[in-house]
Amino acid sequence: MIQAILVFNNHGKPRLVRFYQHFPEEIQQQIVRETFHLVLKRDDNICNFLEGGSLIGGSDYKLIYRHYATLYFVFCVDSSESELGILDLIQVFVETLDKCFENVCELDLIFHMDKVHYILQEVVMGGMVLETNMNEIVAQIEAQNRLEKSEVRQVL
Amino acid sequence: MPAPIRLRELIRTIRTARTQAEEREMIQKECAAIRSSFREEDNTYRCRNVAKLLYMHMLGYPAHFGQLECLKLIASQKFTDKRIGYLGAMLLLDERQDVHLLMTNCIKNDLNHSTQFVQGLALCTLGCMGSSEMCRDLAGEVEKLLKTSNSYLRKKAALCAVHVIRKVPELMEMFLPATKNLLNEKNHGVLHTSVVLLTEMCERSPDMLAHFRKNEKLVPQLVRILKNLIMSGYSPEHDVSGISDPFLQVRILRLLRILGRNDDDSSEAMNDILAQVATNTETSKNVGNAILYETVLTIMDIKSESGLRVLAINILGRFLLNNDKNIRYVALTSLLKTVQTDHNAVQRHRSTIVDCLKDLDVSIKRRAMELSFALVNGNNIRGMMKELLYFLDSCEPEFKADCASGIFLAAEKYAPSKRWHIDTIMRVLTTAGSYVRDDAVPNLIQLITNSVEMHAYTVQRLYKAILGDYSQQPLVQVAAWCIGEYGDLLVSGQCEEEEPIQVTEDEVLDILESVLISNMSTSVTRGYALTAIMKLSTRFTCTVNRIKKVVSIYGSSIDVELQQRAVEYNALFKKYDHMRSALLERMPVMEKVTTNGPTEIVQTNGETEPAPLETKPPPSGPQPTSQANDLLDLLGGNDITPVIPTAPTSKPASAGGELLDLLGDINLTGAPATAPTPAPVPQISQPPFLLDGLSSQPLFNDIAAGIPSITAYSKNGLKIEFTFERSNTNPSVTVITIQASNSTELDMTDFVFQAAVPKTFQLQLLSPSSSIVPAFNTGTITQVIKVLNPQKQQLRMRIKLTYNHKGSAMQDLAEVNNFPPQSWQ
Repeated sequence: MIQAILVFNNHGKPRLVRFYQHFPEEIQQQIVRETFHLVLKRDDNICNFLEGGSLIGGSDYKLIYRHYATLYFVFCVDSSESELGILDLIQVFVETLDKCFENVCELDLIFHMDKVHYILQEVVMGGMVLETNMNEIVAQIEAQNRLEKSEVRQVL
Repeated sequence: MPAPIRLRELIRTIRTARTQAEEREMIQKECAAIRSSFREEDNTYRCRNVAKLLYMHMLGYPAHFGQLECLKLIASQKFTDKRIGYLGAMLLLDERQDVHLLMTNCIKNDLNHSTQFVQGLALCTLGCMGSSEMCRDLAGEVEKLLKTSNSYLRKKAALCAVHVIRKVPELMEMFLPATKNLLNEKNHGVLHTSVVLLTEMCERSPDMLAHFRKNEKLVPQLVRILKNLIMSGYSPEHDVSGISDPFLQVRILRLLRILGRNDDDSSEAMNDILAQVATNTETSKNVGNAILYETVLTIMDIKSESGLRVLAINILGRFLLNNDKNIRYVALTSLLKTVQTDHNAVQRHRSTIVDCLKDLDVSIKRRAMELSFALVNGNNIRGMMKELLYFLDSCEPEFKADCASGIFLAAEKYAPSKRWHIDTIMRVLTTAGSYVRDDAVPNLIQLITNSVEMHAYTVQRLYKAILGDYSQQPLVQVAAWCIGEYGDLLVSGQCEEEEPIQVTEDEVLDILESVLISNMSTSVTRGYALTAIMKLSTRFTCTVNRIKKVVSIYGSSIDVELQQRAVEYNALFKKYDHMRSALLERMPVMEKVTTNGPTEIVQTNGETEPAPLETKPPPSGPQPTSQANDLLDLLGGNDITPVIPTAPTSKPASAGGELLDLLGDINLTGAPATAPTPAPVPQISQPPFLLDGLSSQPLFNDIAAGIPSITAYSKNGLKIEFTFERSNTNPSVTVITIQASNSTELDMTDFVFQAAVPKTFQLQLLSPSSSIVPAFNTGTITQVIKVLNPQKQQLRMRIKLTYNHKGSAMQDLAEVNNFPPQSWQ
């Protein structure tokens, strides 16, 4: 099960924060900060797996992360998920974002935080992997966007 | 009230803030605006406001006042509102707030909505944060959706069902009928989530697991799907780097693992497909490796055939040599899991694992360290220890404590010699002295006391170690203790193992005093040092006054612990000087109380206690064998098996009833290792046999019910009577109790009764109650014979009696033929 998905930039500013298990707000922010510090220490040529920090759960949890340009994508998972599989999942997620936003960059994530959440919702639900087929995900997102547009009054 | 600003505007504004304080100000202003807008109950802009609120929440600002607004949005008819409302609910609410229950009705309605995306939103929210009450209420709806033909909804319903099962395990049965058709789907999304659902059900309930194995024939179905995936060739939609839906493959492999664990039939059914996947998967990209890795884990976990296991370990070995760090990490992790079961196979890769200790990556180093400790055994201890000590020198501080503890454990278990052991301990203490765990100090001290011949060498090395540097507390503690204990060996300048150093008593006291004074010494260390100084007062000769002075100074120390010690030691000098030398004597060897794990004293390698039954020689020396030989001669030939009786022990004759004696004797059978009553039999197979028949149950027929007793021998005033009992559990066993009585006017002493039976029988003689038959029938000797008669032949026995009577040695042979039929039929 995936406990949390965090996306932050090279300075630690959160761009996407999604927890699949309840933590109070202060703890959530602390986790983001701690994870950032742990991940920042890592060189680029060492493995992408970190034993989890003390806050986010005990020894069963691992942090699996990938670094793309200015962003870190961190998935905190327990032992029921395959580590190498999650690495691929992160890749799928980023590629999906790329397809939805057309050459996605950090600004897209900043200004369309809600859309990123919606895309994530089609990939991971309740801490479990829902769909991994990129085309399927993109199709569903586009259908939902069309539904929104068709409703009168574009509000956001 | 002007229209609230758009989310985009807000974000842009916040990004212009140059300091944290500026940002906080902007946010607070916006929050106030949002709050007033909420108060106005404005439907048009509500979703905009909630979106902004969620953004601020992500940055870490409180947003709880938006919770109710989210609920209002969920209740709205518009998809746009619902979308942001549900997102807000998932991010801001959780089951600890009572507010969330208000959602239940909305979700129920939305689960039945005409638009599939609305249904999807509801399923998603329920599956993320549904509380147990909500799940109970809505489980029926979820189950309905699990059977729908809409694959978009079906896959979400499957994951939602997983969440429901996690929250309310009793509802698992409800979803069982719906799972029947799940695996017939073509849509990979549904397949994937269905496998997740089935995995969850199997993991949670062993009944479900059994059900799926037998009734649903799940394994063949999964094998079929997996085969299609591998064989199907290029399928562009699910393809990731040339492999067809690797995520689904991995999931199926995991479910196969659970199904095959501890189950032979299932394991057999999947052997082929596992071999196929293992050999056909391309390993050039990460996806291929992910599948291979999962396959290996599955092979190791089920009851696979050995060829497959070897294949799996070899794959792991290849992984270890891969350039990709992730693969190496993953390989080390799985080797750690398999080292318990397939130890030898993993040993083959030991050198590669040891090389990983030198890797730059912290995670890999940690794994390699754990694995190295698991691989240490008696054969490779020297080589491995060299590598591990080198690792200890150069590793990061976070590893040092674990590494030191591991080294101590390994050294204790497999040390080839005491000297090597002490050297290793010294090396660890000097290199990582401050990281050694506190509980290691008493263990080490106990170890040192046990190696008596190494005391001089140990104390010398410890002394030299702290001469230079006394900042590492555990090292100083051990050294102080040893110097206090063996200081006399130190100054006497004797040492066999290495060049003895010349140390004077003053120098020793110098170093101990510096430890006491030093700022780096903790209170515990100071306590050790003070006690050591005190102990030296009995071991040193010329510096007792100095010691007295030191001790009296610390009588006024601020540290209460030190003060107490010093005051007591002072008293020892003044009032109780006569007791001092006795009190401060050399400590005896300490016994280890093994409370923590596998730490045991270095005996030999934990071999089994020698089985006392097996080759125990006859206890009473050469005499009985000659007598037995006599019996053989007399009885002419080899159809008799001689029996060597037990040596008559000096057990007090229990003059109680026969039954008590019987039971008393039978207790012996349970403890064959006790020396006074060794198993008397040369043939190994006997004792368990007969003993089995007579273990702790009340086995015997009542004497009244039973078999008439006979007089086996009556001559010269000596009468021997046999009484019989048959075992309830083992009808081939007859227990004969003999009673020897003496009607003459003098005692018969050194009475020994021996018996022999035909070869088809087996006989066991237990110890007699005494060796003196008292005169005038005032008492009897009782002895128990157990006879095994598997072929139910007629019982015959030759007996031989020897005793001293009226000052002369008597001996007689007789045959007993009058056994009643009930005693052997």
